[in-house]
Amino acid sequence: MAETQGILMPLIQSECQILKNYRDRGGYEAAKKALSMTPDEVIQEVQASNLRGLGGAGFPTGRKWAFVPKNSPKPVYLVVNCDESEPGTFKDKYIITKATHALIEGIIIASYAIGAHTAYIYIRGEYVRQAEVLEQAIQEAYDNGILGKKVLGKDYALDVYVHRGAGAYICGEETALLESLEGKKGWPRMKPPFPAIEGLFRCPTIVNNVETLSYVPFIIKNGARWFAEMGTERSGGMRLYCVSGHVNKPGVYELPVTTTLREIIYEHAGGVPGNKKIKAVVPGGSSSPPLRPEELDVPAEFDALMKLGTMAGSGGIIVMDEDTCLLEILTVTTHFYHHESCGQCTPCREGTGWMDKILHRMLHGEGRIEDVDHLEEIANGIMGNTICPLGDAAAMPVLGYLKRFREEFESHALYKKCFDGEFAELKAAS
Amino acid sequence: MPTITIDGKELTVDEGKTVIQAAEEAGIYIPRYCYHPGLRIVGQCRICLVEIEKMPKLQVACYTRVQDGMVVHVNSEKAKRARQQVLEFLLVNHPIDCPVCDQAGECYLQEYYMQFGLYDPKMIEDKNKKHKAVPVGPHVMLDSERCILCTRCVRFCDEISKTSELGVFNRGDRSELLPYPGKTLDNPYSANVVDICPVGALTERDFRFKVRVWYLDETKSVCPGCATGCNIEIHTSKARPYKNEGRRIARLKPRYNPEVNDYWICDYGRYGFLFVDDDSRIQQPLVQKDGQFNEVEWDNALYMIHGVLNQALENGKSVRILGSPQMSNEDLYALKRFGNEVLEIHDIPVTVKPLEKPYSDDFLIREDKNPNTRGAALLGFDTDHAATEKLLADCRNGGVHSLIIFHHDLFKGFAAEDVRSALDKVETVIFVGSNMQPTAELATYILPACTWAEKDGTFTNHAGRVQKFDAAVDPLENSLPEWKILRRLAKQFGHAFAYFEAEDVFRDMAKKVPAFAGMSYRALGDRGMVINENGRPSQQAEVKEELTVVSK
Ligand SMILES: Cc1cc2nc3c(=O)[nH]c(=O)nc-3n(C[C@H](O)[C@H](O)[C@H](O)COP(=O)(O)O)c2cc1C
Ligand code: SF4
Ligand code: SF4
Repeated sequence: MAETQGILMPLIQSECQILKNYRDRGGYEAAKKALSMTPDEVIQEVQASNLRGLGGAGFPTGRKWAFVPKNSPKPVYLVVNCDESEPGTFKDKYIITKATHALIEGIIIASYAIGAHTAYIYIRGEYVRQAEVLEQAIQEAYDNGILGKKVLGKDYALDVYVHRGAGAYICGEETALLESLEGKKGWPRMKPPFPAIEGLFRCPTIVNNVETLSYVPFIIKNGARWFAEMGTERSGGMRLYCVSGHVNKPGVYELPVTTTLREIIYEHAGGVPGNKKIKAVVPGGSSSPPLRPEELDVPAEFDALMKLGTMAGSGGIIVMDEDTCLLEILTVTTHFYHHESCGQCTPCREGTGWMDKILHRMLHGEGRIEDVDHLEEIANGIMGNTICPLGDAAAMPVLGYLKRFREEFESHALYKKCFDGEFAELKAAS
Repeated sequence: MPTITIDGKELTVDEGKTVIQAAEEAGIYIPRYCYHPGLRIVGQCRICLVEIEKMPKLQVACYTRVQDGMVVHVNSEKAKRARQQVLEFLLVNHPIDCPVCDQAGECYLQEYYMQFGLYDPKMIEDKNKKHKAVPVGPHVMLDSERCILCTRCVRFCDEISKTSELGVFNRGDRSELLPYPGKTLDNPYSANVVDICPVGALTERDFRFKVRVWYLDETKSVCPGCATGCNIEIHTSKARPYKNEGRRIARLKPRYNPEVNDYWICDYGRYGFLFVDDDSRIQQPLVQKDGQFNEVEWDNALYMIHGVLNQALENGKSVRILGSPQMSNEDLYALKRFGNEVLEIHDIPVTVKPLEKPYSDDFLIREDKNPNTRGAALLGFDTDHAATEKLLADCRNGGVHSLIIFHHDLFKGFAAEDVRSALDKVETVIFVGSNMQPTAELATYILPACTWAEKDGTFTNHAGRVQKFDAAVDPLENSLPEWKILRRLAKQFGHAFAYFEAEDVFRDMAKKVPAFAGMSYRALGDRGMVINENGRPSQQAEVKEELTVVSK
């Protein structure tokens, strides 16, 4: 955490899990303002800010809120996704432990906007200490009239509950999360209906990521325009980038979404140790296809990265230097998705395990050249054919690494070693 | 109503239908594993992926609802390839142990593989190991390596039997179908999971390893186990009964009837056929002499019985009959005629209420364990237990010279000394039935009736639905349907019942009994018909209500 600039970072650095610290920085003024607006005005403001879902999918937040049926006879719920499990992603935990009250304020505003009086925070099971901090902050908010029957003294009631998960990555997928919250096995649901129409307990529900909600108070406080202007035409603001791998200063950086990957890696994260060259960069969590070093001048933003066939996802940037074995990387990545597949639908259940076995075999020096094509075929059989996007998340890295770094895998299949540049001759000679 | 195009065929279908249903109506079968029309739709197996124009991804036909103007390609290259790959995925960890699998021949992995499999296996890795040959309940065996995790069985136990014994445990390709800890698959409907399991993961413990399914013949029938009259198929192994412990009937399977039992039957009904090939079957007419039963020819037996009855009548002695709601409408109609026209008996009781109240529920299983009580009532038999009680009292008072008992074991409905004291006073007891039992042993004459599986006929279920069943196997040895026995006995008395087939009896009955007016074997079809309004109009309303409950 090197930066003091930004929106959430200054809060994270000043212990805003404590109410007084947050209040000293103008905390809960935005919620008061929102409660004096109509819910529709709040939604419009968020829509105009171009805030997009920072859990990974990048769906425009205001637009999602607007899907909730007006005057629903059923209760409406807000569910906060704090399952944070995508490898390479570790931002939400800072918000939960250090900017806790910003999240709570965001929850109040979002709940008010969608007409919810109950919000659940679903936090991954491994976040034990983080859940405790969160509970304490929520208690403090209740004790100070910020939550409960009369939120901030206004005629609006809101209860917030923390629910700890049991450690399944799939429970970060919003419909699996809802199943889990209902006490069932975390199996994603078929869509439609979407959660905004039929979510938790079959009632209208909005699921948002921790970080997404934590920006909401500042959009209300400073105006949609202020937030939108920091970003591009279709994505507003800043976001928290999690930089890991071969960089000198790994950590969380809050930067405008217009910042390029190269800037993030070299200007903020201190470049690559030993001045080594970069071999590959994963831009948005382990499921996003990697980029080659010559492609890094792209803004780390949803639409720009999508054009390159990859994703901004959860903001998890993983840097790999020239000595990295990409077969090893793809094997651990695939192993993760294999391990985490819920097993509900056939292509993901069987395909992830099959790819994992092939990759492990290759890693143990028993690869065959036909394995490379075959991996691609399996991944194509999963891609787009499953119930939830975990199947895609497992297929995309395989397709992505093979598309941009095929020689690495062919080299392992043919010569049982990483590609070292001499490949072309060897292959020609073989 | 939306108009859609499926593989070039344009059709108009009902709003709310799914693509798989619409295609089926158009005669296009889309493969399915998890989809079952009787269960909640979950879209898990992905074998029904189809291409729909203007949609970027392939869609599962089971879950996608039709929309006006939708253009569906079931057999585009993309859709075909995706389904082929799903099948390939399903076989990745499958043990492919077809040679020792009971499901072979009716397995949908085999079926689809023959249709569109890869025929070029690429899988060379080690397969995952799971539990094999686990008895999960009294009737069902699980091989979880063969399970394709379609969750049909899980949903059956959640939604239909509402007993929730099964679940999918663990994650990913380690997922395994198992009973919940401490639970066994023991509910009155448990074996239905075997029928709906598309593969060899769940097999019947009774049927396992007895006979290969391609040796089986199938006959449409109706379960005789209770007044619901669930529609069934009788699967017989006629050529190789020795493979099946001498049994000609290998198994019963439910047959779809939305008006009665949907896709299901209960376990009591399913395993209630064992009496058909049981050692206790009566195979020849028997005459008791000094405590010994001796076999006689039919003609001799009927001649002797005629002699006894005729003499009794001539001497002004009382001859009485106890019919049975186990008998078909045809049998009962012949009995009614025999009673009325030959013996001039008009009050014939049929019901013996069991001493112990039988199990029943609010789904399929009814307390009345007879398939045709309603039919008996419509034909004018007395279905009140009290009538049978009175008949026994008359016997006890010495007022009955001869008594013809059909099927009943009176000891099941009356105290032993009450039965003995009554039958002791009867000069001649004639028993007509299929299996030897304590009441039969008290008879002087025993006539072998065949079972429902061995004859054509109809039952009228509790709701007044008249349903046809066909003979699946020949009558055992010299047994005969009751209507034939009665025809031959009537002939002894000089009465000609001009019936050659069960259908002849039915035709006559439909002509004479208003409740059955307009019915014929052909008209009954596979789903039966509800009795005519002028039969018992007051019960008609109740009938309809009950039907909707059953078909839910
Ligand atoms: C397999 C899988 C795992 C996911 N895990 C998370 C997660 O840990 N946290 C999260 O916020 N969103 C996660 N998501 C995205 C959620 O489904 C959902 O899009 C998000 O919570 C919506 O919030 P947002 O619009 O604020 O991003 C995951 C999605 C998938 C498919
Ligand atoms: S894609 Fe994978 S994780 Fe998602 S529902 Fe299917 S099996 Fe489960
Ligand atoms: S046991 Fe059969 S019905 Fe049950 S999930 Fe497995 S394949 Fe499906």
